[in-house]
This record gives sequence, C-alpha cells and structure tokens, in this order.
Amino acid sequence: MLSEIAFYGAVETGLIYGLVAFGIYLSFRVLDFPDLTVDGSFPLGAAVAAVLIMEGWNPWLATGSAVLAGMAAGAVTAILNVKLNILNLLASILTMIALYSVNLRVMGRPNIALLGEETVLTPWYSLDLAYHQVPVLLFSIVILISLILLWRFMKSETGLAMRATGANPRMARAQGIATGTMIILGVAVSNGMVGLAGALFAQSQGAADVTMGVGVIVIGLASLIGGEAVITPSTVVRALIACVVGAIIYRLAIAFALNADFLGLQAQDLNLITAVLVTLAIVLPGVRSSLVSKLTRKKA
Amino acid sequence: MITATDLRLTFGKGTPLENPALRGMSLTVNQGEFVTVIGSNGAGKSTFLNALAGETLVDSGTIVVDNVNVTKLPTHKRAGRVARVFQDPLAGTCEGLSIEENLALAIKRGQRRGLSTAVKKQYMEQFKESLSSLNLGLENRLGDKMGLLSGGQRQAVSLLMASLTPSAILLLDEHTAALDPKTAAFVLELTTKIIEDQKLTALMVTHSMKQALEVGTRTVMLHQGQVVFDIEGKDREGLEVKDLLELFEKQRGLSVDDDSLLLG
Ligand SMILES: Nc1ncnc2c1ncn2[C@@H]1O[C@H](COP(=O)(O)OP(=O)(O)OP(=O)(O)O)[C@@H](O)[C@H]1O
Ligand SMILES: [Mg+2]
Repeated sequence: MLSEIAFYGAVETGLIYGLVAFGIYLSFRVLDFPDLTVDGSFPLGAAVAAVLIMEGWNPWLATGSAVLAGMAAGAVTAILNVKLNILNLLASILTMIALYSVNLRVMGRPNIALLGEETVLTPWYSLDLAYHQVPVLLFSIVILISLILLWRFMKSETGLAMRATGANPRMARAQGIATGTMIILGVAVSNGMVGLAGALFAQSQGAADVTMGVGVIVIGLASLIGGEAVITPSTVVRALIACVVGAIIYRLAIAFALNADFLGLQAQDLNLITAVLVTLAIVLPGVRSSLVSKLTRKKA
Repeated sequence: MITATDLRLTFGKGTPLENPALRGMSLTVNQGEFVTVIGSNGAGKSTFLNALAGETLVDSGTIVVDNVNVTKLPTHKRAGRVARVFQDPLAGTCEGLSIEENLALAIKRGQRRGLSTAVKKQYMEQFKESLSSLNLGLENRLGDKMGLLSGGQRQAVSLLMASLTPSAILLLDEHTAALDPKTAAFVLELTTKIIEDQKLTALMVTHSMKQALEVGTRTVMLHQGQVVFDIEGKDREGLEVKDLLELFEKQRGLSVDDDSLLLG
C-alpha cells in the first residue's frame, strides 16, 4: 500500500496534471488541433514563475505571468498554423523545440532551486494541516476555479463559436465565426493552462528544470483518455471533470506501480509506462472515445 | 439586392489542369426574388454560390450585396448578409452540439460574439416556435445532440438556422439532393414556405428542371461558367421541361447532354 505521504503526493501532482489535461482537452478535443507545444509551455511556465519569484515578485503575480507566457507560446503555434499555413502538428513541434532555447534563456541556467523562497503555498502552511495536505488543498481550489471558468467560457457565445470551429469549420465560417481567430485564442488559452500547471509544479517541487517538460503531452493525453474511459464526456462539464479524475487516477496508478516492489519499476521508467498505458488506452476496446477514434483514423 | 458582375475564376491556373469555372458570370437578384438555378454537371453552379458566400474568391469581377462591395471579403465577414444551406445534411450543423446550441450559433450569425451565455432563456420561445413549425416534434428535444437527428431533420434545422436572422440572400445548393424522395419533398416544401412567409431573397440550385420551373419566381440556367438564359414572369408561366431544353439548344446552338441534366 501507499503511504499517506505518497498518496497525497500523487493527488497533488494529479491536480497539477488536471490543468494540463484541461489544456489538452481544449486543443485536441474542442479545436481538433493536435498540439505538442505543451512539452515546452509547461517548463516555460515553471521557468517564468521561478525566475520572477527569485526576483522577489509576489508569487501569484509570478504565476500569472507564467500563464501569460504559456498563452504567448500557444499563440505562436496557432499563428504558424493559421497565418503561415504550417501543418498544426508541425507548427507545435517547431514552437516546442524553440521553447527549449527560450526556457534556457529565461532561466539563464538549466535549473533553478526555489528552496526557502516565498511561493503561493507559503501562507497556506500556517493552516492547521499536515505539511503534505497543504498543496492538495490549494491546488484543489485552483483547479476548481479553473474548471468553473473554463466551463462558463465554453458555454458563452465565444466558447460556443470555438467549439463549432473545431467540430465543423465550414459551418462555423458560414455562421460568421472567424475560425482562425478562434484557433489562436483557443490554443493560447490551452497553453496558458499548461503554463499555470508548470508554475504550480515548480513551486510545489521547489525547483524549475528545462527538462521537466519531457513527456508532459503524453501524461496529459493519458489523463484525458483515462478520464474519458471513467466518465463519458457527454457534456462540457463532464469532460472537464473527466480530465481531473483521469489525471489523479493516472498519478495514483503510477504511484502504486512504482511502490509495488515485485514489479521492480523505478522512477525513470515512468515515460515508458505512460507510453504503454496510452497505447493500451487507444487500442483496448471499450475506451474508444471519439478522440481515440480520431487518433487512429489519421493513420488509416 | 445582390449584383454579380463579370465574375471570372479559373481553377489550377497555369497548370495542365487549368479549368475556367466562371467565365464572365453576371447576375442581379432583386429583393424578394426566388431564383432557381439549373445547369449540367460542372456548369459552375456550386462555384458561383461559393463565390457569393466567400468560400472561393474570384479572380476578377465584383460582387455587391445590399450596396456593399464584398468581392474581397472572406466568408465570415459576409455571413451577416449571406445565409446558406449546404448539400450535405451533415455540413450545416454541428453534430456534437445540441439543437439549442446550434440554433444559438445561428441566431448570432454575422454578429459579434461576447462572453455572455450562448443559449439564452429569451431565445427559447423563438426556438420552440420555429421548431414546432417543422412538425417534427423537435421543440421538445432542444437539449438533444444534433447527431441524433436524421439527415432530413438536420437539413430542416439547417434551413431554420439560415432563416433565423435576416440576410440579403439565402443560398441553397442542391440542399435536397442527399435526401430520400419523400424527405426531399418535405424539405422543399418547407423551403418554399419559409421563403414565402419571410419574403426572403433566395438562390436555389437544383438538378431537377421540373422543380426549377415549379418553385420560385425566376429560373436561370448556367453553362460553362455563364448565364445562358434567364426567364421570369409571363415567359416562365406554363413553361415545361421540353421548352427549357429547346430554349437552351436555340440559345447555344448545341444539344444538351441528357445524362447530365436530370429531367426529374
Ligand atoms: N476546388 C476546385 N478545384 C479545381 N476545380 C474545381 C474546384 N471546384 C470546382 N472545380 C471545377 O469547376 C467546374 C465547375 O464546378 P462546379 O462544382 O461549380 O459545378 P456545378 O455546376 O456545381 O456541378 P454539379 O452539378 O456537378 O454540382 C468543374 O469543372 C469542376 O471540376
Ligand atoms: Mg454543384
């Protein structure tokens, strides 16, 4: 069994990856835009927040700036696609690669330790809670607020226009929707979410590292697909809840797998396990969401 | 009023597949006219409608809608003036969205979209009323996903969506072609009813010459990217399919390929 600390740790990371899954839901699902920028915007968010916190900024302002940086990265990908007609997947890979250099520039070195710095978590530690429960509480609040905001947005006129853009662009244009603008806005918001996740991750782990983005896209996808297998995403709010539930289940599953000594798994096996899990989720019948069918149809 | 003047459009310019689809197409449609458009396969009917909607931009010529030159405007900037229903019943609606969400998208056609709730309570009465005019029982299924509806039902809703807000012109490109005969007849009847009730200006492409003469106030035939004849009023009354064919042969001095012109 998992220790209490390991359990809370898994939930904490799960909540952060829930934000990543929100972003991936927005790009892959709502906009039908396979976006790999997240592998760069996650460490970008971490880097921006860490550097600004080291500069003595208020940690929430630093976190907000990380969101804006993530949005800018997403906008670049979408503009490459919409304005320069570069294939969406390729556009996102270009931004992701470029961000590796950008992140090094932002940090000035490969990693920054935040030990002893004031973070968004600091004031919460004065609450009468166990040390490992604090991040879970704060991140639950953050993800709840994000979920409600995203949900309201999706139900708004602009949000509905964005959903139509992804589902039926020709119809959307005929209804007077500027589909290009919607894609730019949507991919920006998506990466803003991921930037937020990166910023929170750096603060909860006490460090930002240029390599921390590797595989974020796959973990996010695993959360999304896993969540959809548990909760049918028939409405927007269900789809968003599925993202969070999927991310937490995924992190708990990983924690159990690493904890089970008889499996002999180690932390560095994580990406391999994730890739296998995602593959299984796509191939196994019964968990076929329409995203899954979309992913396999591309190949056929 | 909508005026297209000397529209020219060549697909694949400078390639061996060069294909002049519009070759000096001119047509003026006055307020309240219901024009049926016929012509053989490849005559340029869809290309003409796409040019009016903005989906394809013309090489030369001008398109003026209600005194606004829209020739260079992309589709979404013309959408406030141009409404359309596609041939494919799946193309005009979003299957993943509910009926009310589709209608809410359409009620804002061509207008600014903000952050207020898309499906507003004050729309409900209008939505229910227009849906009940279809007699399909859809007024009780506002929350159902569009994808649950049949092709005919979806096409009927597409028509409603196109007429939910005013437009200078309604474009219908063989919008009954993908439906079974009974459903096609229903959708056609609905079309004429909506156009007459709301006094819409419309352009309807059809492959049935019979239908082209039976509905509408004016009939236009396209051939090789041009208007070859244009009849309305007294000249059009009592006209039959064979008269149309004769008219066409006389005008062009060629015989129509009967296979490509369905004599439905
Ligand atoms: N996107 C395109 N690229 C290249 N050629 C095209 C394109 N769209 C249409 N064409 C060509 O332009 C010509 C006119 O086509 P259009 O679709 O307008 O005909 P139509 O009158 O609608 O015919 P149909 O009755 O078959 O629908 C045809 O020769 C067609 O092959
Ligand atoms: Mg056609």
